[in-house]
Amino acid sequence: MSVPAVAMRRWRRRHSWLALRYLAAICLTVIFLFPVYWLFMISFKTPDEIYHSPPVWYPASLQFANYAVLFKDGDVIAIWHSLVLAGVSTVLALFLGTIAAYSLARFRTGGENLAVWIISQRMIPPIAVVFPIFLLYVWLGWVDSYIGLILLYTAFNLPYVIWMMRGYIADVPMELEESALVDGCSRWRVLWRVVFPMVRAGLFATAVFTFVFAWNDFIFALVLTRTEVITFPVQVTHYFGGQSNFWAKIAAMSVLGTLPVFVAVTVMQRFLVRGISLGAVKG
Amino acid sequence: MTAVDSGISRRSHGLNHRLSLAADRQFKYLIIAPAILVLLLIGLFPLIYSLVVSFQGLTMTEEDTSFAGFTNYARLFHDLRLWQALAHTAIITAVALPLELLLGLLMAQLFVDRMPGRQIFVALLVLPTVISPIVAGANWALLFDVRFGPITQILSFIAGQPVTILWTLNPYFVYPGILICEIWQWTPFMFLLLLAALSNVDQSQLEASEIDGASYWRKFFKIVLPAIWPVMTIACLIRALDLVRIFDIIWALTQGGPGTMSETISIYTYVQGFSDFETSYTAAIAFLVIVLLTAIVTFALKRMEIVR
Repeated sequence: MSVPAVAMRRWRRRHSWLALRYLAAICLTVIFLFPVYWLFMISFKTPDEIYHSPPVWYPASLQFANYAVLFKDGDVIAIWHSLVLAGVSTVLALFLGTIAAYSLARFRTGGENLAVWIISQRMIPPIAVVFPIFLLYVWLGWVDSYIGLILLYTAFNLPYVIWMMRGYIADVPMELEESALVDGCSRWRVLWRVVFPMVRAGLFATAVFTFVFAWNDFIFALVLTRTEVITFPVQVTHYFGGQSNFWAKIAAMSVLGTLPVFVAVTVMQRFLVRGISLGAVKG
Repeated sequence: MTAVDSGISRRSHGLNHRLSLAADRQFKYLIIAPAILVLLLIGLFPLIYSLVVSFQGLTMTEEDTSFAGFTNYARLFHDLRLWQALAHTAIITAVALPLELLLGLLMAQLFVDRMPGRQIFVALLVLPTVISPIVAGANWALLFDVRFGPITQILSFIAGQPVTILWTLNPYFVYPGILICEIWQWTPFMFLLLLAALSNVDQSQLEASEIDGASYWRKFFKIVLPAIWPVMTIACLIRALDLVRIFDIIWALTQGGPGTMSETISIYTYVQGFSDFETSYTAAIAFLVIVLLTAIVTFALKRMEIVR
């Protein structure tokens, strides 16, 4: 057989293999994204289109009435509550967690046992925690208040922040801190002026995940909110109901609550692997 | 490079003498103290409180705080519904975890070789994982709907005849329904981590074995699998611990129904505490769950490279 023929056949085989992989990739993406597509489409449909059998695969026109209802009824306040709770608890957890992580990374405070205890708190089942916390908050009058949930979200995010930031701090060479100390900087100043700027990228990445954890939480909010600080996942479940599921509202509220997360995670793509593997895989 | 985090920097041994001054010793405790204090709210308080309350006889109407002995714990052993809930949780974990791992591995294998536009596919495929689980569950409830959902339609088209499955009500289909939603949401998680791991397998080693004429499976078991093993175990650990605590998806899809058929330990605890108001008994369950899981987690973490 001539040489070009062999090369030709190899070329063809490689390309048909690539085409096959593309086909599989496109099929997978369609399957995994179809439910998301469906959710977005429902939010744009009119009631007639939603409750139509067989289902309509796409709305006739993009209309925002389903969203307008949420704004008119004031239900959209739930998004604001989620924003405040997730935002404030993220800032708190990030600050407290990073300085604690510095202590662990540079001084080995408490040794390995303390580090294991901290990360194991991340794995505690929320249901077992939320029950005693609920009784405590009833006694303190903290049910359905910002402070109660912020404190709880901060506590639940702390192990993650400490664990992640310990990794990021360990990646930073210590010489800079040492020379700043030699120059007569105080410990706090070194932390603020040297360490924080050095781990800035890690801080942002960790903040995104901390925010998403609090933002997506359901069980704490279900138990500990009523009306004043109700969050968007709980609001979504309020539209469930035996006879009349308010599909339009479920979809519109879900989209409002999902879109910010999609944007944040897409921006943070670079840190995704490290973020969701608790820092075990440095992507 | 994929590296299992070596944890505490080894360099920290090399701190110069300045750092061991008395002021520094204070500083290192000062900066960790606030975090520890906040952590005690979830790490210690619930444990102690549950323990105390579980030895009393509190319900919604009964406010007797006198010592009730081990009644609540004795009741745990005779509570069939509790053991069923534990079994349901175990079943869901045992089925979902291997499936997610296998599917994730297959998907990662598909994308591991270079292909133009790979980044876009990966970015799109991870989206299900970051959706709020309650939204995911609600969304699948809409998809599964017999009259207005698309799944009935698609299945009928494939079968060539009308198919009506009440996914959330039919005892034979609640578990498949829950598992489909669960696997849809978390396979991308496995996929992403395994893709990172696979991308870092030593290529020169693979090429060398190729020259030696090693088969695909031989290469997979001798080179690839050992290389991705650490990441795989961590991914499985994280997923397993999430699965054991599963609540949101089931709450949105079935609320534990039909009857108590899909009740997991989290759902059961919630129902006992917040629908039936069995305060002391719930505390006993909560205590059991915390102790059980903390023991497993601590054991697993200490065994894993993640800590060292």
